[in-house]
Amino acid sequence: MHSSRRRGVVALGLTGLLVGLAGCSGGSDSSGDGDKAGGDAKKGGTLVFGTSADPVSMDGAYVSDGESLRVVRQLFETLVTTKPGGTDIEPLLATAYEPSNDGKTWTFTLRDGVKFHDGTDFDAKAVCFNFDRWYNFKGVQQSASVSYYWQTVFSGYAKNEDAALATSLYKDCAAQDGKAVINLTSPSASFLSGLALAAFSIASPAALTKFEADKVTGTGDEPKFEGSFGIKNPVGTGPFTLETYEPNNRLVLARFDGYWGDKAILDKVIFKPIADGPARRQALQSNEIQGYDLVDPADLAALKTAGVQILERPAFNVGYVGFNTAKKPFDNLKIRQAVAHALNREALVKAKYPAGAEVAKEFMPPELFGYATDVTEYPYDVEKAKQLIKESGVANPTLEFWYPTGVSRPYMPDPSANFQAFSADLTAAGFKVVPKSAPWNPEYLNAADTGKTGMRLLGWTGDFGDPDNFIGTFFRTKQKAWGPLEASIYTDLETARQEPDEAKRTDLYKAANKKIMEFLPGVPYVHTKPALAFAKGITGYVPSPVSIEDFSKVSIG
Amino acid sequence: MLKFAVRRLLLLIPILFGLSILVFLFVRALPGGPETALLGERSTPERAAQVRAAYGLDRPVYEQYASYIGKVVKGDFGVSIQTQQPVSDEIARRFPATVELALMGMLFAVVVGIPLGFVAGRRPGSWVDNASTVGSLIGIAIPVFALGFLLKYVFAVRLGWLPGTGRQDVTITTEHPTGFFVLDGLLTGDLPAAWDALKHLVLPAIALGTIPLAIITRITRAAVQEVSNEDFVRTAEAKGMTKQVVTRRHILRNALLPVVTIIGLQTGLLLSGAILTETVFAFGGMGSFMASAVFSRDFPVIQGGILFLAVVFVLVNLLVDLSYGFIDPRVRSS
Repeated sequence: MHSSRRRGVVALGLTGLLVGLAGCSGGSDSSGDGDKAGGDAKKGGTLVFGTSADPVSMDGAYVSDGESLRVVRQLFETLVTTKPGGTDIEPLLATAYEPSNDGKTWTFTLRDGVKFHDGTDFDAKAVCFNFDRWYNFKGVQQSASVSYYWQTVFSGYAKNEDAALATSLYKDCAAQDGKAVINLTSPSASFLSGLALAAFSIASPAALTKFEADKVTGTGDEPKFEGSFGIKNPVGTGPFTLETYEPNNRLVLARFDGYWGDKAILDKVIFKPIADGPARRQALQSNEIQGYDLVDPADLAALKTAGVQILERPAFNVGYVGFNTAKKPFDNLKIRQAVAHALNREALVKAKYPAGAEVAKEFMPPELFGYATDVTEYPYDVEKAKQLIKESGVANPTLEFWYPTGVSRPYMPDPSANFQAFSADLTAAGFKVVPKSAPWNPEYLNAADTGKTGMRLLGWTGDFGDPDNFIGTFFRTKQKAWGPLEASIYTDLETARQEPDEAKRTDLYKAANKKIMEFLPGVPYVHTKPALAFAKGITGYVPSPVSIEDFSKVSIG
Repeated sequence: MLKFAVRRLLLLIPILFGLSILVFLFVRALPGGPETALLGERSTPERAAQVRAAYGLDRPVYEQYASYIGKVVKGDFGVSIQTQQPVSDEIARRFPATVELALMGMLFAVVVGIPLGFVAGRRPGSWVDNASTVGSLIGIAIPVFALGFLLKYVFAVRLGWLPGTGRQDVTITTEHPTGFFVLDGLLTGDLPAAWDALKHLVLPAIALGTIPLAIITRITRAAVQEVSNEDFVRTAEAKGMTKQVVTRRHILRNALLPVVTIIGLQTGLLLSGAILTETVFAFGGMGSFMASAVFSRDFPVIQGGILFLAVVFVLVNLLVDLSYGFIDPRVRSS
């Protein structure tokens, strides 16, 4: 009797511990208020959104990662933005904008009656204060890892501390009655699209000063961002204010009742960091979160079957096979053309990519202006590839083909599967393929940047809606990764970047795309549509190709 | 005993000094640096050089080390390149999560493992013994992440009994004076918050505690079996002592020594951070933090984190050594 009782205790130990705790919990109450919104679901409530990481900072000027920018976009606003779900520019804090004839002066008419979260007025002085702040960055603030987007759009600073930096595109800003006049050192048409980036959010000058946004102490190997603006006290004009930020646990945004436009429908949005993709999926299934980004393409079908809403962003990326034309045999156009004809891109996209992915014809997505429909195409044709190899004069061509390991990108969910499929195609056409692989970050990216790779799998996701952010990034300047290109490609792209007339610019980019695809520095093969997942009943979220996505229109139905 | 403890603590100095050099060289021997990790596809040779210069990584290694160690002796571990926050703040924020999880995991392993191992050792060949053997092997063999996902699928997704991610319901607003969420709830009198934090610990603690549970069960079983066959146990039984007295005073106490050693070593390991458990349960502690620092080549975090964990490991093992004295009077007197 004694013995059997003890056995029972031991056997039930684990189960008892678990069930006891769980049983007392009274069911799941770990969800957000998603279910609690009940009958009055359209207004109010709390949405918990799963993110892959905490924001690095909520000071838009200092960040370029998606998780930081997502939060910045809810707290701050920019002078212009993109139309919901697209890349066309429309006013936001500016109600109108006008370039001068020479494209070097831009006048922004500002919205009246806008207040920052701290109650101070949004005006032209505030706009100029922000631009001058970014322009006068010093020391580590000038690092590409800190002010990446300023460098991308404006190239340099008031006093460049690195010889590699170019002259700043920004010259100065003048505050006039209800207008901010921004002068540039040279004409740039991509400037306007760039201003829609969350990095150019207008912050409260009073708060930037009070919370020491620019207080960077320490030197050399230990720069310290000591101000609390980006971590505890971000103050913008956006539809939400920061309520609480507990790194590693939660970031809570609350509706800003003094917002100038339509107030946010939700009371609160909580960002919960869950780094692991499968863990985010399970958290949605257990209703601990009601939405998440970066859905694994492999999960799409199962999530849809389970009744989860899948929202796709319009394609704004490109996956490509890049050549380094400084390396043999990629200096030979016939070989590049033979590779292009040998790759069965349609089959790969159909077999390895989720529905919605499309075969790419050029190095930028069709949604973007300047996309040319009549570029030279290289349809899958093994015989033609063999013929081109013969014509190239290269006997038994050997291709050093690089692919990354330990990574999944929206344009390349499984690099090794892409490599295997393409490698088989190339072998069938008569190429000898030498596989080369390296861990994505930093080895693979280093190898690509320094021109070590002969032929590589890579891709790009656009930052803002301008062709300069795609083909300009790749081909406007000489880069070791690509090797030398036809010289006119560089100059054509620089001309297109500067052209203020939108119609002329569109034509210039169309012509550039045609020229690029004739020269064939690589073979673009896919545009994909990254997906977000939301629980049933969540409405109002509009996915954007450039991730300018607004939680203020979201409701729990 | 005090002399012993002081000697062990003094040993920390050469250990940490040697370790600091090794870690410093090791992270710089890794291919690539933080610049590519920070810039990703957007890295160009010029931008990468710029970032390296901004963080002083273009200087000779000995210069970098001299500057680093000069700050470490003053208690300054530097600033994380990834988060731009002081490393000591990052550690202070994450270590309580690791401690909570490690203690809960170890509590689970000890509370279940010692009784199970004891019964199995006292009754070799019984069904309890066979079940514990099979269970231990499964516990050691099953990958932690697979067990974690399985536990979450059953208890969070299907049954909805327990939460599967994070340390606390994110809709709860409460104070966190210490960073130990259960303790914080108790200290601030917010019992629902403490209870919620406790519930969040259950599944990750079971996932984390499974391997120590299997090891403790096996060690306890072996120790109990060995001690049970000792002459002094038979003598005690022959003298007419009751079974409970023999078990408590003679078998259990003597069998506990190797078990305590294992508990100490395992606790030290768990406190070093449980990368997989923390990742699967989004339980942001030291393990997942260090792993992400290695991937992003966040040199100050890797260096500071390893030195900190080395101190923790040495201190935990010192405590274990000191605890022998309480269990075994012979150790105390020697």
